[in-house]
Amino acid sequence: MLELKNVSKQVGQSAHISDVSLALEKGSVNVLLGPTLSGKTTLMRLMAGLEKPTSGDILMDGSSVLGVPVQKRNVAMVYQQFINYPAATVYENIASPMRVSGVDKATIDKRVRAAAELMKLTPFLDRTPLNLSGGQQQRTALARALVKDASLVLLDEPLANLDYKLREELRTELPKIFAETGAIFVYATTEPHEALLLGGKTATLHEGRVTQFGKTIDVHNHPADLLTAQTFSDPPMNVVPVRKTASTFAFADGSIGIPHSISGLSDGDYSLGIRPHHLMLSQPAGHALAVKTEITATEITGSESYVHLNRDGLRMVALMHGVHRMNVGDEVTAYLDQSKIFVFDNQSNLVLAPQAQHAE
Amino acid sequence: MAEITLDKLAHSYLPAPKTDADFALKEIDHVWSDGGAYALLGPSGCGKTTLLNIISGLLVPSKGNVLFDGKDVTELQPEDRNIAQVFQFPVIYDTMTVRENLAFPLVNRGVATDEITKRVNDMIGILDLGAKADRKARDLTADEKQKISLGRGLVRYDVNAILFDEPLTVIDPHMKWQLRTKLKELHRQLGHTMIYVTHDQTEALTFADKVVVMFEGEVVQIGTPEELFDEPAHTFVGYFIGSPGMNILPCDVSGGVARVGSQDIPLNKGYSGLTGKIELGIRPEFVSLGAGKNGMPIQVKSVEDIGRFKIVHAQLEGYPVSAMLPEGSSVPADATAYFDTSRINLYRDSHLVRGEAAS
Amino acid sequence: MNKPYDNRAWFLVFPVVVLVAFSAIIPIMTVVNYSVQDTFGANKFFWAGTEWFVEVLRSDRFHHALGRNLAFSFIILAIEIPLGIAIALSMPKKGPWVSVCLVLMALPLLIPWNVVGTIWLVFARNDIGLMGHTLTQLGMGYNYATSIFGAWFTVILMDVWHWTSLVVLLCYAGLSAIPEDYYQAARIDGASKWAVFRYIQLPKLRGVLIIAFLLRFMDSFMIYTEPAVLTGGGPGTATTFMSIDLVKKAIGQFDLGPAAAMSLIYQLIVLLVCYVFFTVMSNIDSDKPQAGGQQ
Repeated sequence: MLELKNVSKQVGQSAHISDVSLALEKGSVNVLLGPTLSGKTTLMRLMAGLEKPTSGDILMDGSSVLGVPVQKRNVAMVYQQFINYPAATVYENIASPMRVSGVDKATIDKRVRAAAELMKLTPFLDRTPLNLSGGQQQRTALARALVKDASLVLLDEPLANLDYKLREELRTELPKIFAETGAIFVYATTEPHEALLLGGKTATLHEGRVTQFGKTIDVHNHPADLLTAQTFSDPPMNVVPVRKTASTFAFADGSIGIPHSISGLSDGDYSLGIRPHHLMLSQPAGHALAVKTEITATEITGSESYVHLNRDGLRMVALMHGVHRMNVGDEVTAYLDQSKIFVFDNQSNLVLAPQAQHAE
Repeated sequence: MAEITLDKLAHSYLPAPKTDADFALKEIDHVWSDGGAYALLGPSGCGKTTLLNIISGLLVPSKGNVLFDGKDVTELQPEDRNIAQVFQFPVIYDTMTVRENLAFPLVNRGVATDEITKRVNDMIGILDLGAKADRKARDLTADEKQKISLGRGLVRYDVNAILFDEPLTVIDPHMKWQLRTKLKELHRQLGHTMIYVTHDQTEALTFADKVVVMFEGEVVQIGTPEELFDEPAHTFVGYFIGSPGMNILPCDVSGGVARVGSQDIPLNKGYSGLTGKIELGIRPEFVSLGAGKNGMPIQVKSVEDIGRFKIVHAQLEGYPVSAMLPEGSSVPADATAYFDTSRINLYRDSHLVRGEAAS
Repeated sequence: MNKPYDNRAWFLVFPVVVLVAFSAIIPIMTVVNYSVQDTFGANKFFWAGTEWFVEVLRSDRFHHALGRNLAFSFIILAIEIPLGIAIALSMPKKGPWVSVCLVLMALPLLIPWNVVGTIWLVFARNDIGLMGHTLTQLGMGYNYATSIFGAWFTVILMDVWHWTSLVVLLCYAGLSAIPEDYYQAARIDGASKWAVFRYIQLPKLRGVLIIAFLLRFMDSFMIYTEPAVLTGGGPGTATTFMSIDLVKKAIGQFDLGPAAAMSLIYQLIVLLVCYVFFTVMSNIDSDKPQAGGQQ
């Protein structure tokens, strides 16, 4: 198990990582989710031992590894850029970590071929990386990380430079392959969708802080605060500022009764969050807050439509099933269904998350 | 603004191409209408960048001509074609302010000073860069820089076309939404012909009126997002568009029924005399799950809960099939699958076969 | 990027520290020691305080030598930097000629200073030197041994021939690092060649130009070998740069005190000018700190 205890990293005046505590289990998939510069790469470099924390401790199986140099930590890392030895064949590239650690030839051969098979590289073993496509190059780097039999595997946006479809395929394969080795698997990404597909656990990062860490789907469904909800939503979650008085939430021209489970809430300012696919443009059956908006753009993917809305600078997106051609500039009313809303208090902490529905 | 005609265009990077395989871009012959938003979509190496470079003038095609509003521009240099281009990595002039960056193409063309001031101010307003107009452009974030690259094209009101070469690659997901909607707004307001190259289906589908899907140097389909979703002309389009892509299952067809392994699937269109390699295509969106004796028995391999829906990966008669289930639904233990028969497409040798409506 | 900290690294540096101590620190301390004392030989020293510094700073001989040095460095930089950039810009970007050009450019850099001096000494002679003879035949009245202009012209020519390549190579490396997209965008923006240079190439070259400037300034400010070989500082004192003057003073006249004081002043000037150069050049067009403060 890898534990980070109150780890901070200060560089000059700016805090790159502030007070991060995480415990990562053996054989687990862990996603670091956050926008560019949120500290994902720094956190990985700290885990790998490429950097030392300014304060805090990092423990592997209970003992501190701060004094242990990277070479002795049994860590594998794959970067966004495809990093391979350009002059060596794919075979040699994959074999290189084992050659360094003095594994015997027969074992090397066996493991290289096994890894190549998993990464679909068998036909290319005799080529050099320069003659491969981006996807093949990155698979070579991944295969090298795989044969190293590392106890900690760090992947820093490994699929970001690959084609969409290739990403889809590798994304489903990777966690399975690495989980089988029993390693601690850490995967950094900027895309919420990718985190959900990888599953496992997710730590959301914002400006060097971990805002939440837990089972990926739980973090998604019960974000601890507004920042986490925003980080973990693509398209971005819609947020409507409301005022609570007595038993209603009010926004400009409309209001709804507050859900029963939080009837004891004190009066004041709150934010209602609703995911784009729950924002309705027609009146739903239950209670809903109506907000008059103007259509600013529509995007149609063939099976779904994204309708972008604006209410005096408050921007919202509704994701609708099917193809809906709507005129830009038209006025429409958007409805926030009472049973689908997230409620955040004025400190941005979660007060209420919608119940996961079990339709049928 | 211009209509773009691609007249029997083909390109090979080899000096003397012989076979079809030598061509990075196989013959294409199309007219793209004035003011349209087009996306060139395909995996890397499909020829989309080659096509873009031919349109922008960086590359002279081995065969055929490019016409802007009927005028042959095949041999013209990029600067003489009156186009604008936004690259994958933002290109800005480091030493200039945002304002100076936007004015640059106009200054180079000798536009009068008041006119420049007016247009640049307009553009700063349109791009929401007001607060940063007099900052050095290099201190801006990636998405702001990308807006400037775009703005430098838009200030020249009369550009024939604006070309985008994977412009959102270095932009964070949240900013992608904002930039893309901005782009849509601008397209609607200013009505330029826009051509957008990407490998990301979401970007292509949401941006374009017409998506040009390319595969191995060939245009396999040009269509609206709906057409690509509902009736992919080629199994590649079915696979490439949609996430996960269309399920493609080998089958035999006879008498209004498609047979996959030992399962009979009724078709609601008539197909006669099908020979060759026949495949059935159905999108995961139109596969639903049941339990017990009804439906086709499947073996569930994995379930991905991605919040908005669940993706079920399963095997049907030994072939992989995925299904998309709505939020909150559960996967039964002895799951069976149903196909929405109105959404089934048939492919012969990878190409769509349209059936006749059953009488 | 922060690197992991490991105290053992000091062992690797240790030999260098010893070497530097013997070759630099100890000699400098000796010089400092000399500069504040007087001696009448026989290894007897008397405390002289700042007397030598005052004397050197007030002497015309020093002022003139300093003036020559500054003039020389100024001319050298004014020629070599623009010329270097111009050559780098006109070199091919790809193809077989790249390596030919690079080798040609690197050639002068491989020749030692005194050899350069000797080559030109012969080359510029009126009687047997190709250049000297030709110029004389053309009636230019060229003679580096007797004419001040001739001497300066020759020394500058030698330095330009010897060192412009360094600027070229640095700039060439800087230019090759500019992505092709920038040039394409500029073409589409209708930028002229000059605009491309002014707004793309020059800004992107700033980093390497700072280095080229500093290297060429320090080196030209310390010029010794070429004029020493060519003219020995003449005609008269026309090419007696500070380094030559220093050697005359220290070894010729054996005025160790004033020579030591002068060499320290010399060193301080180099450091000061480099510091000023670096600060000014790094801040040209860089509004980062201010912009951050204002917003």
